Amino acid sequence: MSLDIETPLIPNKHLLGIEGTTRDQIELILELTDRFAEIGKRPIPKVPALRGRTVASVFFEDSTRTRLSFESAARRLSADILTFSAGSSSLSKGESLRDTVEVITSYGADVLIVRHKMAGTPKRVSEWTDASVINAGDGCHEHPTQALLDCYTLKQQRGSLDGMSIGIVGDIRHSRVARSNVLAFSSLGAKVTLIAPKTLLPPSIERWPVDVSNVLDDVISDLDACYLLRMQSERHSKGLVPSLREYTKDFGLNERRCKMLPKDALILHPGPKNQGVEITAEVSIDPRSIILDQVTNGVSLRMAVLFMLLGQHETYQKDEL
Amino acid sequence: MGIVLKGGKILDRKGERSLDVSIGSDGKILETGKKLNGDVEVDCSGCIITSGLVDLHVHLREPGDEEAETIETGARSGAMGGFTALVAMPNTEPTTDCLAVVEQVKTLGKKSSCEVIPSAAMTVGREGKEMVQMGELVDNGIGIFTDDGKGLQDPQLMRRLMEYSTGLESRLGRPIVLAQHCEVHELAEGGHMHEGEWSSFLGIPGQPAEAEELMVMRDIALSKMTGARIHFQHLSTLGSVQMVREAKAAGLPVTAEATTHHFTLTDSACSCYDPVFKVHPPLRTESDVKAVKEGLADGTIDAIATDHAPHSQHSKEMPFDQAPPGMLGLETALSLSLEHSGLDLPGVLNLLSWQPAKIAGIDNRHGMTVEEDNPANLCVVDLDETWTVSGKEMLSRSSNTPYEGWNLRGRVRHTINNGLLVVFDGESTK
Repeated sequence: MSLDIETPLIPNKHLLGIEGTTRDQIELILELTDRFAEIGKRPIPKVPALRGRTVASVFFEDSTRTRLSFESAARRLSADILTFSAGSSSLSKGESLRDTVEVITSYGADVLIVRHKMAGTPKRVSEWTDASVINAGDGCHEHPTQALLDCYTLKQQRGSLDGMSIGIVGDIRHSRVARSNVLAFSSLGAKVTLIAPKTLLPPSIERWPVDVSNVLDDVISDLDACYLLRMQSERHSKGLVPSLREYTKDFGLNERRCKMLPKDALILHPGPKNQGVEITAEVSIDPRSIILDQVTNGVSLRMAVLFMLLGQHETYQKDEL
Repeated sequence: MGIVLKGGKILDRKGERSLDVSIGSDGKILETGKKLNGDVEVDCSGCIITSGLVDLHVHLREPGDEEAETIETGARSGAMGGFTALVAMPNTEPTTDCLAVVEQVKTLGKKSSCEVIPSAAMTVGREGKEMVQMGELVDNGIGIFTDDGKGLQDPQLMRRLMEYSTGLESRLGRPIVLAQHCEVHELAEGGHMHEGEWSSFLGIPGQPAEAEELMVMRDIALSKMTGARIHFQHLSTLGSVQMVREAKAAGLPVTAEATTHHFTLTDSACSCYDPVFKVHPPLRTESDVKAVKEGLADGTIDAIATDHAPHSQHSKEMPFDQAPPGMLGLETALSLSLEHSGLDLPGVLNLLSWQPAKIAGIDNRHGMTVEEDNPANLCVVDLDETWTVSGKEMLSRSSNTPYEGWNLRGRVRHTINNGLLVVFDGESTK
């Protein structure tokens, strides 16, 4: 899926996407995550690595989980936290995005964790600030820390993603998680299959490194991991599926399909689950589900990312990321 | 004795000749000849002297958004680009849909560096519901109607407009132009760039080529049904060009324009997420660019327009979806056309001056031959001068050019509007 990008991302300073990040860089982050996971198990899970550094969480779009995860990670590293939250609509009340970014930067933030409902906004933000920028989800584009924590969680279970067959099921068209995961999973050697009705697939993806199926039942028995995406209820009102009921019938992971899924396969979901739509309650607690591991690992992974962008460390110099 | 353009080479549809041009105080060309003298002698050595350019598609933003542009600054920008006539789009605030606003635009235009030709909306408030008072506007000289910025969605209302307008042509004394911005709302809604490989890759919601093509197809059918003329604004897709080519071959009264950005830029430009590359219709693919150039070359497309759309800097320093669409064009159009359209010099002048003057119904004073008694609406171009595009240095009030830093060849040295030297030696005099 690598098209020629004229302005490559700068992985040394920012984490704007999986695009532009090499396999070595991804593996380095996963390796470092192991060490931060160990800190999380200590009686006092806190280290002074980022003492005196300021992390600003800049969420133009509502989020509970990602914000909590990043802020927990920052606290465990002893960083100070600035919190900015605004519906992106507040920008239309006169202040430009650039003004907003310059104001936040002037509070002395060393890193801006940016979420926005529109693709590309973190990249634009990175052009207007000296701080590092982490993309915490931009519209339908990327959500790189989610992809990295998913890779970490799979690697934890299987040792390696090489040769794994991973199916991503659901609203891929509108999913930043899917875009980042397609890049990350395939970068680490997995074979990715996108599974959705055509209305929920992005147009013109012939050159993406993926297989595509419109029928979950056709491919489910070949999967080593089944990654379910959240199905938003408004997709129905936009005419993308006839009804949520029909979506659930054809693409939901229920007990019948769970039986078709190989015994040692894994079930993932980025949360928040739309229980009863893409996944039934019973399946959520299936022993093959590693959904809670994803949440736990999210904090360790984000500690690793913050540390790599901000921390001074003998082994892991900034320019290695 | 007034101004004399000395040492240049005239180029018009009659060909080339090395002659001086003397301009009278009545704004007309007094004579052309060797070694003419005058009170003001303007050096044109090494330059071509040709008719001023005519832009069928300009947003001057006044009244309503004077922060982005005024008629004065827009016309100055136009003159700097060699234009002597600008057709002003009616998506002002309030909408140019009635005599009062038309008169305001005309009045302000008279004081400016170009002739400003107001167009009027086809429907009240550009809402696509009711016809404007077309007869009254026609009786006051308005000949171009458009809801530009939006396509007219209702096919029945479009049909009625076509039928009604043909009956007014005798009152205007020339053909009425209904100019359509082809975009089917439901297919384009929520899309901020061309839908394709790049939009999927970038995660920016797209609008497909078919959003434009379906309306081109519909209006060709309605033109056939009613016999009315239709002018297609800013054609941007391979399919649109193909359909217009076929409609012309079938003898239908259709005309079309293409913008400079639709033959110089592609959707890949959006990969930097800078909304300076956001425009409607959106930048398309390589194959669409190729098709537009073929349309320019074979006469399918009659005119090069700019769709000059100034926007203040802060409105473009926004997330891609919240920034308004549109880019500057007046000061770069000629150079870009000379270098990137694939046309030869007379071909460029044909599409930037002679033909658009005809479509706008102003060919009695613009896009004419450089000869005695013709109104002196001229531009003098140094074809060899190279320059670097800088939004900050432009005369537009805004600086949203997508060509920042491009090195271009060919620049306007002087512009004469109605006998007045409005650009002299690359500087605006107004």
